[in-house]
Amino acid sequence: MAGDNSHVPHDPHGQAADPAPSRYAAVIEPGHTFTTVTDKISAIVLTRRTSLGWFAGFGVAFMILSLLLVTVCYLLLTGIGIWGNNVPVGWAFDIINFVWWIGIGHAGTLISAILLLFRQQWRTSINRFAEAMTLFAVACAAMFPLLHTGRPWLAAYWLFPYPNTMGLWPQFRSPLIWDVFAVSTYATVSAVFWFIGLIPDLATLRDRAQSKVAARIYGLFAMGWRGSARHWLNYETAYLILAGLSTPLVLSVHTVVSFDFAVGIIPGWHATIFPPYFVAGAIYSGFAMVMTLAIPLRKFYGLEDFITMRHIHNMGKVMLVTGMMVAYGYAMEAFFAWYSANPYEGYMMLNRMTGPYAPYYWSLIAINACMIQLFWFKRIRENIAVMFVLSLLVNVGMWLERFIIIVTSLQRDFLPSSWAMYYPTRWDFAMFFGTIGLFLTLFFLFIRFVPMISIFEMRTIVPEAKLKESHG
Amino acid sequence: MEHRQTEPTLYGLMAEFDSPTAVVAAAQAAHDAGYRAMDAYSPYPIEELHHALGMPRSKVPIIVLTGGFLGGLGGLSLAAWASAIAYPMNVGGRPYLSWPSFIPVAYECTILLAALSGVIGMLALNGLPSPYHPVFNAPRFAMASRNRFFLCVEARDARFDRTATQRFLEGLTDVRGVSDVAE
Repeated sequence: MAGDNSHVPHDPHGQAADPAPSRYAAVIEPGHTFTTVTDKISAIVLTRRTSLGWFAGFGVAFMILSLLLVTVCYLLLTGIGIWGNNVPVGWAFDIINFVWWIGIGHAGTLISAILLLFRQQWRTSINRFAEAMTLFAVACAAMFPLLHTGRPWLAAYWLFPYPNTMGLWPQFRSPLIWDVFAVSTYATVSAVFWFIGLIPDLATLRDRAQSKVAARIYGLFAMGWRGSARHWLNYETAYLILAGLSTPLVLSVHTVVSFDFAVGIIPGWHATIFPPYFVAGAIYSGFAMVMTLAIPLRKFYGLEDFITMRHIHNMGKVMLVTGMMVAYGYAMEAFFAWYSANPYEGYMMLNRMTGPYAPYYWSLIAINACMIQLFWFKRIRENIAVMFVLSLLVNVGMWLERFIIIVTSLQRDFLPSSWAMYYPTRWDFAMFFGTIGLFLTLFFLFIRFVPMISIFEMRTIVPEAKLKESHG
Repeated sequence: MEHRQTEPTLYGLMAEFDSPTAVVAAAQAAHDAGYRAMDAYSPYPIEELHHALGMPRSKVPIIVLTGGFLGGLGGLSLAAWASAIAYPMNVGGRPYLSWPSFIPVAYECTILLAALSGVIGMLALNGLPSPYHPVFNAPRFAMASRNRFFLCVEARDARFDRTATQRFLEGLTDVRGVSDVAE
């Protein structure tokens, strides 16, 4: 039973239920053992020299983050008048970027929770950094509504129900308050889920750290984890339940985000299709971001053994499916506009297709409805460079979708006398790019100081982990 | 007690294995031999291991259920109390107790409290954070988080006898060594 070195096309433990497992690469390349998996992943954090590329990348990301700092300072000193949004387009970049970032976060939870419940073992090597991506994306998203209040230090009593001396309470009938609860719950649960997943790996780093300081710090966060059977029993139970709780949570978060629009009566917003349409779009854009991050990571850190072609293929397929759901949403929006025979709805659609923002509308259709059809082809999914470019384009396409939904609906609503154009200012762009800097900075710190692949879960998928039957 | 006075304080005896199969078989053998105060250590979760050790089911689910129930009730009553009693406001003639619009908040609070009680419950049941634990005194125990498997029979077990238990552990299949664990 030399299961760990003979060339096994796939490990039976992981893929027994998969009818055609060897059509593409396995979820982990053959030849790996507990030792190699542990050493390879922990070495990135503990022993390998930090590459020049990391410093260069971190430096650039940190510079973009500084742009955010400048923007936020200027914003707080001056007020939100530095942004381009004004009546009638009262919601613009701040909400576009909020929805965009929150949506990106959703793939992390999908990978870590939903795919865990469906026993999709290929999720194992990508779930850690996808969850990190979720956390950082939610942090970026939260900046926008918070700063859109203009006075975030007062947002405490505008947003959260706490007994204040003014006797004020938030309006619980408003989707905006539902949003506060949904997003803060999402951020909290994602953070604890991520941290819980890290504990056994932090213990590994504690035990393997060369320096005393590193051992102390990792030890502090590992909280004395010793991997006993009792630990694992409670741990696995809690982890599974958290996955079960995160699944309805992630679906509810983007549903509630879509209520921000759907509960309003603006043409183009007031549609029952919004919740599923938003959730599919969130997962679609999130997978695109996971791909955007995974492709450089596996290349620069030599992780092709762990993030195999199987992962690239599967992510491409998920994007194809969710992208088609989004395209169906576009089709239904157009259909409702015609079938409702409502002149305002009809004009909204006409304005999207032929109005001043029409080029953006057709770009998003070109990307999210037409270009994604390329994911049908295996040859496309096998080409890493093409997949990277496509994933970037999907991120752009989904940003444009939010722009179109938010801006074109507000820009021309019921009364032509109140119509106006919206133009973002340079501060709008500075804030948007600044949050990308925040995201990248956090991500660079993450890959340097925390194992970016879950070591203990990788141990469960190496062939060695399968119990031999004969000892009965 | 007498035992602890004569001997240097001993937490238990630790046997090392290098495969999951061996540690599961060893745990089963030790359980069959009547040992109860023991625990096994592995670098990743092995379902068969806690079965072999005869551990009862985890209490995490009931803690989560309680947390979720309290969270849902709390969220709903918070929204109802704030909208109907503390700060009643007429919005388009809707009733103050417009409960359908309180569902999203109650739903999120259910999940929030369920998840937090799951995490805190799991840590509490595992006795974490724990700044010190004797098993870390065992030589090579650092390998338990890499590629080795350990079975520790604790001195507080009724059947524990230094010599006999040591002999028993050394006689297990595929054992890689047995060592003392100081308290």
